[in-house]
Amino acid sequence: MKRLRRTMMFVPGNNPGMMQDAYIYGPDSIMLDLEDSVTMAEKDTARLLVYNALKSIDYGKTEMVVRINPLSTPYGKKDVEAVVKAGVDVIRMPKTETAEEVVEVEREIERVEREIGCLGRTQIMAAIESTLGVVNAYAIATASKRMMGIALGAEDYCANLKTQRSPEGMELLMARQTIVVAARAAGIDALDTVYSNLNDMETFRKEVELIHQLGFDGKSIINPRQIEIINEVFTPTQKAIDKALAVIAAIKEAESKGSGVIAVNGKMVDRPVVIRAQRVIDLALASGVIKKEDLV
Amino acid sequence: MELKMATAGTMESGDIMIQLAPSDHPGLDIHLQSSVAFQFGDQIREVIRETLMGLGITKAEVYATDKGALDCTIRARTTAAAVRATGNDVWSE
Amino acid sequence: MNTLNDRKTLVSQVAEAMGKRVYNDGAENHKETAPRLELQHESPKLVSLEDAIRRSGLRDGMTISFHHHFRGGDKVVNMVVAKLAEMGFKDLHLAASSLQDVHAPLIEHIRNGVITQISTSGLRGELAKEISHGLMAKPVIFRSHGARGAAIASGELHIDVAFLGASSADPLGNACGYSRSENAKSICGSLGYALPDARYADKVVVLTDDLVNYPNTPNSISEHDVDFVVEVDSVGDSSKIASGAIRDTKNPRDILLAKQAAKVIVNSGYFNDGFSIQTGSGGASLAAVKYIRQSMIDRNIQASFALGGITAHMVKMHEEGLIGRLIDVQSFDKVAAESLKNDPRHKEVAAYEYASKQEQGSATHYLDIVILSALEVDVHFNVNVLVGSDGIIRGAIGGHPDTAEDSALSIIVCPMLRGRIPCIVDEVTTLITPGRTVDVVVTEYGIAVNPNRPEIAERLREAGLHLVTLEELRDRALKIIGTPAPLPFGEKVVGVVLNRGGSVMDVIKDIKE
Repeated sequence: MKRLRRTMMFVPGNNPGMMQDAYIYGPDSIMLDLEDSVTMAEKDTARLLVYNALKSIDYGKTEMVVRINPLSTPYGKKDVEAVVKAGVDVIRMPKTETAEEVVEVEREIERVEREIGCLGRTQIMAAIESTLGVVNAYAIATASKRMMGIALGAEDYCANLKTQRSPEGMELLMARQTIVVAARAAGIDALDTVYSNLNDMETFRKEVELIHQLGFDGKSIINPRQIEIINEVFTPTQKAIDKALAVIAAIKEAESKGSGVIAVNGKMVDRPVVIRAQRVIDLALASGVIKKEDLV
Repeated sequence: MELKMATAGTMESGDIMIQLAPSDHPGLDIHLQSSVAFQFGDQIREVIRETLMGLGITKAEVYATDKGALDCTIRARTTAAAVRATGNDVWSE
Repeated sequence: MNTLNDRKTLVSQVAEAMGKRVYNDGAENHKETAPRLELQHESPKLVSLEDAIRRSGLRDGMTISFHHHFRGGDKVVNMVVAKLAEMGFKDLHLAASSLQDVHAPLIEHIRNGVITQISTSGLRGELAKEISHGLMAKPVIFRSHGARGAAIASGELHIDVAFLGASSADPLGNACGYSRSENAKSICGSLGYALPDARYADKVVVLTDDLVNYPNTPNSISEHDVDFVVEVDSVGDSSKIASGAIRDTKNPRDILLAKQAAKVIVNSGYFNDGFSIQTGSGGASLAAVKYIRQSMIDRNIQASFALGGITAHMVKMHEEGLIGRLIDVQSFDKVAAESLKNDPRHKEVAAYEYASKQEQGSATHYLDIVILSALEVDVHFNVNVLVGSDGIIRGAIGGHPDTAEDSALSIIVCPMLRGRIPCIVDEVTTLITPGRTVDVVVTEYGIAVNPNRPEIAERLREAGLHLVTLEELRDRALKIIGTPAPLPFGEKVVGVVLNRGGSVMDVIKDIKE
């Protein structure tokens, strides 16, 4: 089953209470942040907190991501060393503009992985937060075999674009579509930007519906209250689930007959339909609307 | 090891603030204030001691104000205070 | 002739036979001709606090009582006890419906021997801490709200003089927890915990900060039960009725627990048209009702009544037509207090009618679902709401054991951890609500269902909820925090917990400083 990344929850890397509790809200991924939410004076202490939390706290099956500082700062390399040693799943690069930056981070990761003997364990995702980054999206997405996804960071991007965010998000359309297209072309995940106004859940839901329709795998979030809405939007309808179950049954039947041809109701099923069906089933399982037992 | 006065951590719930200061006699003097002192005082002192010894610090005054921090947080804050007090980082350059 | 004069002899004979005296016109009072608005303010009941105390016949060693409807804003207890101390009283038994942080001045009065015994539902703050460390020679007697009402009614808890704060009263003693006058200074809503005292105490003193003209109707406390009325500057700070245990939560963990509790309710089998519900104090349990609202609308379900501590959420749902009646023993916030004042379908109820085990008609017997909080739950589903995991008293029994036992379904919301303190434990620090009466425990790490209720477990599992055992939660907590060291309890008994049936449930030992 492919890992779902509907919700990637930001947790400030200098707040032990929140780091300890993040798991209980059930986000698909937790992103401990060493970058913007940590002041320069506390970069060292946050790094140690994140390191020790990753090593000690049982986050279950939740994917653990750490947003590091750029390698161009005095903190970036130490961040990589600390979180790779702590066994993080994914390093999230902020403000990525070129493929070379990804390669540099990969080189640092490899150095540390060699040192501790776990070569290839750490994945990378890149946040694209500038116009140059958007232009280079595909190159970034394919810069390393460790890449698992690219994400949009809209605040810096909008500033760069000389505009600001609107509730409708027209200004982000190009960037969003470019990122989804680049991610799909590279065979990796696409994650949307955060929505910060916690008092306006209506607009938030509309934005989630939009990015779901655009094809994103999920969204970065800043508060546990946002999880339920995203999961609701990403939960497939009963009709879609029934159809997907029929497709999966047809695959099983074809396999048992040793036949290469998959058919539902007499109609042949193409590969894209199979892939879509599998994704619907994954989402339905994750949201609990169907159970594993329903699949047999 | 030469120490200068250094602090790490906050007074937020779930955190611990560790202050290290030079001492004029050998050994670690740990002064702990904790909201969970009865239940976890010894455990907290032990984690601080172990962490400092692991970093080669055997002589210091330690002032710890605990707000219910877990061991991993105590370790992180103690290490951070030690790094600041000694100037020796735990990460390679 | 059958004239009045002729019958005089007969009247005398009949009077003698009946053991009564003969009417004597000259000996009767003169007819009062003063305008009645003036007259009522000359009511002999209207006296100073000192006179009320003196004339009540209070003596050393007697029992005085108070209610806690102003919660953290209460001013009556401190005012009255200070006056009693000034007047030289000693060895009094203070029987309050509950005591709060604000009652720390009692510490001095205990040290000086003015108060030598306390009965209450709860203790908080400095007073609780001192008592936990062994301040008093006699243990504090803890009762649930239902048990207190029943004990007062049965005479087991005899009150000599009740001092009851009211937001309005007329000179005859008709009193309410709100005021309809322009001079209203305070509002606390229901006086449910004060009603047993008003009815059964030997003498009743009503203190009010809004003395209104007779008749102050509709009234909670009736003039018939009131001996003295005392006008004071302030009986309580209403802005603080929502303090103490009551918080409107923004805490994401409380919201998570509330939403999980709401899912339990909706899938429990008791979420049917005409059901009844109560929420205890505590952020998550109060918020739970907010999250069943949408399901009630979607399924076209209405609750027949909501009981207990009434909150703004419940008032809103009542006004929307989702809850038929509100039965209010205690108004948890100002919105609820205003609603009680203005809405005839929002009924005030006395503590014994609310939750007495012995009273067949008490409302808890007709309660489907209750959502309660806890300081600790142990692996046998026993609950502690009174003594902190540090051994210090920091809570109140409230209606916890009453509603857990009487309801069809009791749900406890309790985090597995509070900071480094485990809340799902091997054995509760103090036993308040027995596990046999607790059906479901909702935590942030999963939901546990009492093995006594397999049908509930089945329904929740069917609904896709994550069920765990309390043993699993206990182990998980210990894995995160390490094993806590035992607390340094002494050998002195500082508190006695009475069960709602009147039996002794548990004792609280002193804790070393």
